[in-house]
Amino acid sequence: MQEKILRLLENDGNYTNEQLATMLDTTPQKIAEQIAKMREKGIILKYSAIIDWEKTNREFVTARIELRVTPQRGEGFDKVAERIYQYPQVKSVYLMSGGYDLGVTIEGKTMKEVALFVAEKLAPMESVVSTKTHFVLKKYKQNGVIFCKPQKDERRVITL
Amino acid sequence: MNMKQLLSPVVSSIQPSGIRKFFDIVSSMPDALSLGVGEPDFVTPWHIRDAGIYSLEKGQTYYTSNSGMAPLREEICNYMNRRFSLEYNSDTEVLVTVGGSEAIDLCLRSLVCKGDEVLIPEPSFVCYSPCTQLAGGTPVPIVTTEKDNFKLTAEALKKAITPNTKLLILPFPNNPTGAIMTKHELEQVAKVLNDTQIIVLSDEIYAELTYNGKHTSIANIEGMKERTVVISGFSKAYAMTGWRLGYACGHSDIIASMTKIHQYSVMCSPTTSQFAAIDALKNGDADIEAMAAEYNYRRKIILDGVRQIGLECFEPQGAFYIFPNITSTGLSSNEFCEKMLTEQKVAVIPGNAFGSSGEGFIRCSYAYSIPVINQALERMDTFVKKYKR
Repeated sequence: MQEKILRLLENDGNYTNEQLATMLDTTPQKIAEQIAKMREKGIILKYSAIIDWEKTNREFVTARIELRVTPQRGEGFDKVAERIYQYPQVKSVYLMSGGYDLGVTIEGKTMKEVALFVAEKLAPMESVVSTKTHFVLKKYKQNGVIFCKPQKDERRVITL
Repeated sequence: MNMKQLLSPVVSSIQPSGIRKFFDIVSSMPDALSLGVGEPDFVTPWHIRDAGIYSLEKGQTYYTSNSGMAPLREEICNYMNRRFSLEYNSDTEVLVTVGGSEAIDLCLRSLVCKGDEVLIPEPSFVCYSPCTQLAGGTPVPIVTTEKDNFKLTAEALKKAITPNTKLLILPFPNNPTGAIMTKHELEQVAKVLNDTQIIVLSDEIYAELTYNGKHTSIANIEGMKERTVVISGFSKAYAMTGWRLGYACGHSDIIASMTKIHQYSVMCSPTTSQFAAIDALKNGDADIEAMAAEYNYRRKIILDGVRQIGLECFEPQGAFYIFPNITSTGLSSNEFCEKMLTEQKVAVIPGNAFGSSGEGFIRCSYAYSIPVINQALERMDTFVKKYKR
């Protein structure tokens, strides 16, 4: 039940409790209880919109930074990650396997702003060994949603 | 020249659909919100499309064997066994066709002789009756009713059988009603057929879309396999309508006869589609289930919505249609659909498009996203409130 609610909400956070109840053969009260529980446990963190900013006038750049890091004694990577994710410019932080340790996504108004952030805030950190900055040129798909493509129903209006 | 006079009288005698006028109005309103489409809104899963594209890249653009590529026929047999516990010989008991529709036509033409009667439960898809007429037979509708959840009952079947009955069409899961037949109900039908020579054309194109338990084929009922031609295809299960690919499984004599007509009329089914279909059957079970799960959510939303609007509606168990009863509005099916289209810009199909017994009902498809369904339901609510007595 919880997983089903989560899968539906992950796909469309706009569903009302009544709609979820209809789809899952239960009552809106039970759905509300489950959702409250999951919010309390931090399973559901937040509802937000997926936006194709390219279609707006907003000027911004996104960069993915590969960080190689020396884990701190006794605290591993978590402590480093924590010092990084506190910055509001940082949109995501992942611990990675492979060629680098932390994958960080940063958003800024200009490339210069992002580059300076990396140079002034991330690179100088004691445990950071190296940084590699990759700027995002185009977003094709995010959270399972394809960007750019017009979502038009091209089927004939009625068919038997 | 008077061309009309030169046309085949059989073809001329086939009535154009009674809702032609409605179709015309709909096509003049392209911005209408539609619940009128009889095909999935999903796009064919990418791995299936990719398999088709790959075959084109490799230049596999030749004809295949008349009955379809051997690996495809084998995969069809694996699939029928895996999902419906039906065993067929891929060499002699399977024919790959241009959609399920061609298989229906071939089956009727292979079996029906002049004067033969073909039993057609109605409301049902629109091709059975014309194809029967083209084959020289006489269509005999069997009315299924809301009271019986639009199922074919043994009693109704028994009443319709005459010495001339050649074939029974079994269109379940049903378009437009969403009715299904359970194993037990099929056993009752089989009992009636047991003492006869009647062949069953079981149109199971919606077999993957049942919502309370798995579909049972009548070919699974003891004694029925030999006399049943199971027709299915890729359109509904894999969202592959435009690929035009279906198949028939049945007795080798019937399949051989169908293959003969197929050979001379279309040669073989599209090769690209056949390559894509092999991939669908090999790697597509998860896609089928994901799409069916999504349809099921929509089914519950639209059923609940239609009932809240105040229309009576039996719970459909299969396909992707609901078939609400609109008699409480005092409107005929045609009036309801035309008025709702012009007043609220929502397109649904009048039930009588699927046989006169569909009068008093409308068919709403839920092959639409939930936001679209909800928007249509809101408009339908406004409309019904205006007319309901």
